[in-house]
Amino acid sequence: MQQNLILTDAGLYCSAGDFFIDPVRPVERALITHGHADHARAGHGSVLASSETLKIMAVRYGAGFAGTTQAIAPGERLSVAGVGVSFHPAGHVLGSCQIRLDFGGFVAVVSGDYKRQPDPTCAPFELVPCDLFVTEATFGLPVFRHPPATGEIGKLTASLGLFGDKTHLVGAYALGKAQRLIAHLRESGYNRPVYLHGALEPLCALYEAEGVAFGPLEPVGGRGKELAGEIVLCPPGQLTDRWARRFGDPVTALASGWMRVRARARQRGAELPLIISDHADWDDLCRTVVETGAEDIWVTHGAEDALVHWCRSRGLNARPLNLAGYEDGGDGETVGIV
Amino acid sequence: MQRFSELLDRLSYEPRRNAKLALLTQYFGTTPDPERGLALAALTDGLDFRHAKPAMLRGLIAERTDPELFALSYDFVGDLSETIALMWPANRGVNAPPPLLSDVVVGLRSAGKSEVPGLIAGWLDTLDETGRWALLKLVTGGMRVGVSARLAKTAVAGLGPLDTDRIEEAWHGLDPPYEALFAWAEGRAPAPLSSDPAPFRPPMLARPIEPETFAELDPAHFAAEWKWDGIRVQAVAGRDESGTFRRRLFSRSGEDISEAFPDLVEQIDFEGSIDGELLVVRAGRVQSFNELQQRLNRKSVTKALLKSHPVAIRAYDLLSSDGRDLRELAFEARRGELESFVERLSLPAIGLSPLIGFRDWDELAAARANPAGHIEAGDAEAVEGVMVKRRDAPYVPGRPKGLWFKWKRDPYLVDAVLLYAQRGHGKRSSFYSDYTFGVWRDEELVPVGKAYFGFTDEELFEIDRFVRNNTTNRFGPVREVAHTKVTGLVLEVAFEGIARSTRHKSGLAMRFPRVHRLRWDKKPEDADRIELLEALVPGNVKA
Ligand SMILES: [Zn+2]
Ligand SMILES: [Zn+2]
Repeated sequence: MQQNLILTDAGLYCSAGDFFIDPVRPVERALITHGHADHARAGHGSVLASSETLKIMAVRYGAGFAGTTQAIAPGERLSVAGVGVSFHPAGHVLGSCQIRLDFGGFVAVVSGDYKRQPDPTCAPFELVPCDLFVTEATFGLPVFRHPPATGEIGKLTASLGLFGDKTHLVGAYALGKAQRLIAHLRESGYNRPVYLHGALEPLCALYEAEGVAFGPLEPVGGRGKELAGEIVLCPPGQLTDRWARRFGDPVTALASGWMRVRARARQRGAELPLIISDHADWDDLCRTVVETGAEDIWVTHGAEDALVHWCRSRGLNARPLNLAGYEDGGDGETVGIV
Repeated sequence: MQRFSELLDRLSYEPRRNAKLALLTQYFGTTPDPERGLALAALTDGLDFRHAKPAMLRGLIAERTDPELFALSYDFVGDLSETIALMWPANRGVNAPPPLLSDVVVGLRSAGKSEVPGLIAGWLDTLDETGRWALLKLVTGGMRVGVSARLAKTAVAGLGPLDTDRIEEAWHGLDPPYEALFAWAEGRAPAPLSSDPAPFRPPMLARPIEPETFAELDPAHFAAEWKWDGIRVQAVAGRDESGTFRRRLFSRSGEDISEAFPDLVEQIDFEGSIDGELLVVRAGRVQSFNELQQRLNRKSVTKALLKSHPVAIRAYDLLSSDGRDLRELAFEARRGELESFVERLSLPAIGLSPLIGFRDWDELAAARANPAGHIEAGDAEAVEGVMVKRRDAPYVPGRPKGLWFKWKRDPYLVDAVLLYAQRGHGKRSSFYSDYTFGVWRDEELVPVGKAYFGFTDEELFEIDRFVRNNTTNRFGPVREVAHTKVTGLVLEVAFEGIARSTRHKSGLAMRFPRVHRLRWDKKPEDADRIELLEALVPGNVKA
C-alpha cells in the first residue's frame, strides 16, 4: 500500500487520491499541514487545511492565495477519491496538523512538523497509530534535548533583572515562536508590555482573534532607546540588522532549538541563547516513532541519517525521504540569518 | 557546580566587560564559601588537579552511546566536551544531588588515576547539559570564557568599597578558597596579612600627552626616560619568616610569568622589587618587539630559545628594597635608590634604563625624534617614544593624573586600500568593523594587515555603508569589497612598526595598526606601494 504515496519533485504525492501534501510548487490539489512558508505555498488550485492554517495563509499571501479552499476540523473524516483523510493536531504552531490517510485499512500519517512539549498557543500533539509514519527530523540528533521552556524564559527574566538598563531584543520567528514566547512570558508572571517589530504584528493579531490571550502588546514603531529594560521581539534576521541599532547596545537573545549547540548560537550572534523549539527533540522523535506502532518510518527534512539509523537498529523499516525545498529548521528558523 | 556552570554559560556568550563584571559580582555575592572561592580559583587558573584526558572521556561516552550516533553528533557539534555533555544519557535512577564545585575539586585532588573515570561519570549522571559542559571543561582544563584574572578580582572588589589594586597586592599571599579575601571585601574582616615575601604591586601607569599640554608644564619639575617597546614587568624577591627565599617575575597585570623566563629569574638574588621593561637583549643590544614575541605566551621554554633569544630588564623604578616600601618616596629619591641598587647588583640581565637630559621641551622633542643621537643605534630601534615623570611624584598604582606621561614617537602612516570587511562582535555585531587592507605590489593589491579600531562611530557608519554597497563577494561572515584602480576605499592606516613575518602573505606584519583617517579624496591607484613598507623593516631583523 505504500506505493500509494510517492515522492515527486513537487513533494509527497498520493496517487490514489491525486493530491499532494505540503507541495513546494503550485499543484492542482494540495493538503497542507501548517502555515510555515516552506510547507504552505501560494498558487495551488485547491487547498485543504485546518481553518487556522487557511487564515494564516491568507494573512501571508492575501485572500486569493489558492483557487479554492476547504477547511477541515480536527478529527473530521473526509473521503478524497476513496482515500480516507483526517487532520490531527501536531502541537507545532496554531492550526498545525498531522495528516492521516486511510487506504482501506492501511494507515499512513504524515506528521508535518510537530512537537510534544507544552505550548499554550496551540492544540497539543495527538498520537495517531499508523502503519506508515512520515516524520520530520529537524532536530534528529541525540544532542538535541530541549529543556523545559520555563527555565529558558527564566534566563530571559533573570537577565532583565540584572541588566535592567538594556533593551532585551529577542529574535523569534513570526509564526509560532514569537507567540509561544509571549505566552510563556505571561505564564511566568511577566506582565509589562511586550514590544513587537512590525513583521510580527499581523500574526500576533491573528492568534488573538483565534482566542489566544497575550496581555499588553505594543508596536516598536519609532521607539528606540526609551525601550531600555523592556522586551522587544523581532524576526531573527533583524538582530544583526541596522534596525537593531536604535536600541543602543541591546542584549540580543535568540529563541531556537539550534541554540543548544554553542557554535551555532555564536554564529548567529546570540548573547542570550534561549533553547525554545517548535520541533520535537531527539527523545520525542524516538518516542513518537515507537508509540505510533508504525513498522515503516520515512524520515524527512533535517538530520535523517541518525533517526534512520536508530529506527533500523530497532528492527523498523526506515528510509530517508530527501524532500527538496524544505528549509533547515523547517519553520524558517534560519530565514534571514546570515 | 550547577550555579557555577550557569555563570560560565552566561559568561561564555557575554561580550561586554561590564556585563561580565555584573554577572561575576552577582555570583560572588550570592554564593557561599567555599564554593565562590573555588570558582574564583578556577577563573584565575588557581586550581590544580590532574586533568582528564580526551581519550578517557571518549571511553566513557563510548560505553553509553551508539558509535554511529556519536560520530554523527560529534561531526555536527564540533567540540568533544560539548558533544559528550549533550549526548550523555540522563540517568533518571540516580538518587544523588549534583556535586558542588568543592566536591569536584576535593574529589579530583584525592582520587587515584584509576578512580577518576568513575568519579566523573558519577557526576555527569547528576548534572544537566550545561552542568556537564562546565564540568568537562573544568576537568579537561579547557575552560575559556573570556574572563581575565584581573576581571575576576575586580568583581570580588565590587562586593564592597575595596580597590582592585589592593586585592592584587594581597593576592599572592592568599590561597583558595579565599575565605579571608571575601570577608575582607565584604567588610567583615580586616585586610588579610600578606606573608608573601615576593608580592605583586599594582603598577603606576602613564597617561598619553598631547604636545600642546607641555605649555602648562615646567620642564624643571620633570625627568624623562626612554619608552621601550617591550613588556612591563616586576622582578620581585624576598625571604619569608622561615627564611625561605622566594623570587618571581610578574607581568603588568600581575600574572606570574616566572616559568617562561627561567634565565632571568635564576639571576634574581636581591631582596626587593624592580619595575622595568623586559626586552630581548643580544650582545648588549636591545632587539625589536618581534624578537621578544618569540618568548611570550609560553608556559615553558626550550634551551635553544633561551640561547637565541636571551632576555634582560631595563629597570626604571624600585618599589621596595630590603624590606622597605619605597613607593611613598618621590620619583627622584626612588631613582637614586634604584641607581645604587642596580649598581650593587651588577647583574648582566638587569640594567638601568637611562634618563634623558633636557633643559626644555624642545630638547626633549629632539631626543624623541632621534633616539639614535643619544643611545646606540640598535637600542634606538627599540625605543617607541619617551616617558615624562614628575620628579616629586610618589608611586601611585593606576593611572593618576598629571604625574606620568607617555609621549610616543609619531606613528608611521600608510595609505592602504580596503579589501575585506568582517562584522564585529558585541555592540558592533551589526557593523562591518574588522578590516583587511592592502597596498600595491606591481599591478595587484596584497593584504598587509588588519585593523579593528581607530575610527569614530561616524566613520564606522560610513565604512559600513560603503562595504554594504560595494560588496563583490561573500565568504561566510566576510565580504570582499570592490578594489580596482578607480573604485575602492583608501584608508590611512597608522602603525607603530613593521617586521617580517611568515604568517602573512605579504611577508610583513604591522605592529598595532589602526584606521587613522578615511581618504575619500583618494582613489585606490593613489595608495602606497609595498616598497614603502619594506623600507621600514629594521635592518637587523631577518625573515
Ligand atoms: Zn517544516
Ligand atoms: Zn513548521
